[in-house]
Amino acid sequence: MTEAASNKPVLLTIRGLRIEGPPDEKWNEIVKGVDLSLHRGEVLGLIGESGAGKSTLGLAAMGFTRDGCRISGGSIDFDGIDLLTAPEPVRRGLRGKRIAYVAQSAAASFNPAHRLIDQYSEGPVQHGVMSKAEAQRDAMELYRRMRLPNPDEIGFRYPHQVSGGQLQRAMTAMAMACRPDLIIFDEPTTALDVTTQIEVLSAIRDIVAQFDTAAIYITHDLAVVAQMADRIKVLLHGEEVEEADTRTMLSAPREDYTKSLWAVRSFERGAQPALPAADVPVVEMRNIVAAYGPVPVLHDVSFEIHRRRTVAVVGESGSGKSTAARVITGLLPPSSGSVLFEGQPLPADYRQRSKDQLRQAQMIYQMADTALNPKHRIREIIGRPVHFYLGKSGKALTERVRELLHLIELEPDKFIDRLPSELSGGQKQRIGIARALAAEPRFIICDEVTSALDQLVAEGILRLLDRLQTEFDLAYMFITHDLATVKAIADEVVVMKDGRVVEQGPKAEMFAPPHDPYTELLLSSVPEMDPDWLDRLLAERAAGRAGGTVQASER
Amino acid sequence: MVATLRFTLWLAVAVVAAAVLGWLFRAVLTRIAPANAARLLRSAPLSASFGMAVIVFYLLVAILAPTIAPFGEREVVGAQFMPASSEFLLGTDNLGRDMFSRLVFGVRNTVSIAFITTALAFAVGAVLGLLAATVSGWIDQLLSRVVDVLMAIPALIFQLLLLTIVGTSIINMILVIALIDSTRVFRLARAVAMNIVVMDYIEAAKLRGEGLWRLIIREIMPNAAAPLVAEFGLRFCFVFLSISALSFLGLGIQPPTADLGSMVRDNATLITFGEVTPLLPAGAIALLTVAVNFVVDWMLHRASGLKE
Amino acid sequence: MSDIWWMILRRLALGVLTLFVVTLLIFGAIQLLPGDPAQAILGQAATPETLAALRTELGLDLPAWQRYLNWISGVLHGDFGVSLANKRPISELIAGRLANTLFLALYAAVIAVPLSLALGILAALWRGSWFDRAINVLTLSSISFPEFFVAYILIFWLAQSGLFPSISNIPPGAPLAEKLYRTFLPALTLTLVVTAHMMRMTRAAIINLLASPYIEMARLKGMGPTRVIVHHALPNALAPIINVVALNLAYLITGVVVVEVVFVYPGLGQLMVDSVAKRDIPVVQAAALIFAAAYILLNLAADVLSTLSNPRLVNKR
Repeated sequence: MTEAASNKPVLLTIRGLRIEGPPDEKWNEIVKGVDLSLHRGEVLGLIGESGAGKSTLGLAAMGFTRDGCRISGGSIDFDGIDLLTAPEPVRRGLRGKRIAYVAQSAAASFNPAHRLIDQYSEGPVQHGVMSKAEAQRDAMELYRRMRLPNPDEIGFRYPHQVSGGQLQRAMTAMAMACRPDLIIFDEPTTALDVTTQIEVLSAIRDIVAQFDTAAIYITHDLAVVAQMADRIKVLLHGEEVEEADTRTMLSAPREDYTKSLWAVRSFERGAQPALPAADVPVVEMRNIVAAYGPVPVLHDVSFEIHRRRTVAVVGESGSGKSTAARVITGLLPPSSGSVLFEGQPLPADYRQRSKDQLRQAQMIYQMADTALNPKHRIREIIGRPVHFYLGKSGKALTERVRELLHLIELEPDKFIDRLPSELSGGQKQRIGIARALAAEPRFIICDEVTSALDQLVAEGILRLLDRLQTEFDLAYMFITHDLATVKAIADEVVVMKDGRVVEQGPKAEMFAPPHDPYTELLLSSVPEMDPDWLDRLLAERAAGRAGGTVQASER
Repeated sequence: MVATLRFTLWLAVAVVAAAVLGWLFRAVLTRIAPANAARLLRSAPLSASFGMAVIVFYLLVAILAPTIAPFGEREVVGAQFMPASSEFLLGTDNLGRDMFSRLVFGVRNTVSIAFITTALAFAVGAVLGLLAATVSGWIDQLLSRVVDVLMAIPALIFQLLLLTIVGTSIINMILVIALIDSTRVFRLARAVAMNIVVMDYIEAAKLRGEGLWRLIIREIMPNAAAPLVAEFGLRFCFVFLSISALSFLGLGIQPPTADLGSMVRDNATLITFGEVTPLLPAGAIALLTVAVNFVVDWMLHRASGLKE
Repeated sequence: MSDIWWMILRRLALGVLTLFVVTLLIFGAIQLLPGDPAQAILGQAATPETLAALRTELGLDLPAWQRYLNWISGVLHGDFGVSLANKRPISELIAGRLANTLFLALYAAVIAVPLSLALGILAALWRGSWFDRAINVLTLSSISFPEFFVAYILIFWLAQSGLFPSISNIPPGAPLAEKLYRTFLPALTLTLVVTAHMMRMTRAAIINLLASPYIEMARLKGMGPTRVIVHHALPNALAPIINVVALNLAYLITGVVVVEVVFVYPGLGQLMVDSVAKRDIPVVQAAALIFAAAYILLNLAADVLSTLSNPRLVNKR
């Protein structure tokens, strides 16, 4: 595909593009002189961590900047049209007609007041490409090609009546409406569950190939971009790191930064010594049934977590994995069943638990931003549990806080008097870990602790958690939807779906066949860093293997 | 036509004067304030620094009223409605009291009564609002339903109704306005706290076993402070206007205590004769509320800007 | 579909319940008076005879619930009782004045609503421009002015030169044009005060809306500014705009009271203020009930309309 594409004429050329962001005292550059060229029918993957300027660059390819941003230098040439000097009506005439856009959140990007099909036909009708009736017929045809259920009827629904994965496909169909030369995909599957992601990815890939449309595919997920792109460009802090065709980039990256991105998934926790036969689990959930009001969310859930062991609870959104954590912490008293701590039943409501019982089980949250009180300094955030549970104060307290900062690899003198707003995402998450450690617990619940972080940072957090576990004899319950994380850190795995435990056992068993069909679906849906993975998977599913028989639960 | 022209001219002069005053005040403040505050003040728009200047001016007048005023608050010093002269800077009022002195004392009385009322409304409304959001459950339900009903009657109408029943006096007015206003404060405080209570750090504090008091004071309050301070400014304006309106209607602060609203009412007849003086107390009310609103607007703008 | 009707039905029921509780409150407030209400009303001047007379008049010899039932059933039949001050039936006192007050409020609303919606939308579109900033300072000032200040400035400026009358008494049977002319100043005062509020709220609601991803999507589909506003923003702006309008019409109700007093306009608000001064409790109760009912109904109507304009609620799954 690559050679074929490079023989075709160039469609988009960007030279030395500079974009500045909202003035916070002064303008700061988001994109710092990036070059880019794209041939007709070619798919370019833009990859980078948050703040790399991917989306800003993608929008600039449409001659568009968000409010408060401005293009301060460089040139953008789309098929002979200079997008920076062209008058606004000319650029507007290109958007939607020759360059289309697919947003990250289809649910928020469809207008709630209009039917899908009317939003589909708006572009073609307003740009004078087709009549409304033609556009509607065309919409149904594209909905069919995007493999949407009931393609003739689904367009007459309103956005809130359609699920997330279907909306994302409908949005791709809408982008195709005028048969554009170029589509910008801005993280189109990031908000979706893995099993839904597969369907959207394959539908997008097929339709782009069918119409020979050029595309810029923006994502932070290497494995996804490997399936979609002919060429990959890596960005860091608004600058290009390197660019190469997909296979070369995956097998032989040149730059250190790219290599480190590729190496992320290499961390894997070693096998642990076998448990003594009579080992009492630190925490045990026994036949838990729980509900939010009248809505049942957990059905007869049981599992145990032992000393120095990490149990990963895996499932898609709505599977009940976070609810299980709320039951253990006592935030949601179960309607039946019990939670045991070292063999002793815990009171169901956290308000009835003793200070010591509360101290033994700590929690680390997904969003470090909301987990730390923005008005408290690090000294207080970490110091409070030390003082509250262990009664230390004055000099001893400060000493202990400094010790904890050392443990999480942050320089005490630099950090002890900072506010959370003065920390990076990874540093905040480390503070969250220190706060949990400060209570000197036996057991820590880690709720998606790495999913809001960039991969390199997440890797650091996983290694830290692993080290602390051995050092302090901790038991972890690790809630996650990301199977790569499970592979890296878990000793045992609990797979949940619709509030039930589908399968559980040691990691080695779970990752080797035979699987429960749902586990199979889940496992096989995790993208791999192999450009042929998606093709292979689809072939297997077509043959009825790899979870091809199970329906993913769409919420 | 001439009137319109003159009006426009005066308006322009007033705007320029306000801008200059704001600029000067900001220049002085940034000079004398500590580095941190100075950086903040430098970012203040002219409208906000004008507002701060005016607020400081009112505070000085309120505190120094007896020194500034040439005559006593209730002293009859001449004939009725005497024109302005070097002795009576703004002339005399309908009972022959010095208008300027009445104005100074009126500012002192109205501002301090409005401040006390707002503080009272805030003490009740904010505490209950934060409490309702933190404990939730039936206490929250009960308080919220009561507030819903109290807010279903327009404020001024409710004030009039209650004042009919309890009779008009300064204390009654303070209590009535504070009661009605505390419902609005409750709503806001509860809404602000609701957004904070769902944060993970509050859950973490609850799971740590922290008591209710510490949750409210140490965890929630610091995060609710900015919107609550802004609300205090807005509430103060509202209360100040309410008191003035009631006094203007003859149902608020009663004579012979000097206050701005009743001064307008007492001397209103002069306006039809083309005299500006009755507009002065009304203008004094407007100027302070404008000033507070300018400052609050800046604070709110800053707060929303930081969020993005 | 049935879901949304249930929601509206529930909202209506809640409105009726609120109205009921408010009548209890308005009626019950008088019971809170310490000691004998008749004594409290008449004060020092009370003689045993006047006290006894007032007690029967207020029906104080009956138990409270029975008095409430009598009062409320009277109200439902348009009978609000008899004024303490001049012994005339209250419904007679109120009838003409209520019409006057509604006329004035409507007059102001007809000018203010379109004006402030237009200004608000323009300010939102040109946000950050000089127009926006000037409007911001202007409306902020206007909100801060007491109603009587605005009224007196207008009198000082427009009435003094004889352009418009400063006292808005309407001779009975006056033609509409004359009514409009004579009530121009009070209507303008109300308009100025309400427009400022309404415009600011409209601006905020529109700006909030323009930040939505679907607006960006519409722009990225190559739609022009007019189409983005009319086709994409407005259908979603209905609910917030309805709420803004209702809130401000409700605000008008309160604003009328002061303005009526300034312009000596024979409306319900002026009657209420006079009656408060005289402590004519039945009249105050009647006026408060009417104002409160109007307020509650407006808010109710706004809630129902904005529910009906929300596509997410109208088109249920």
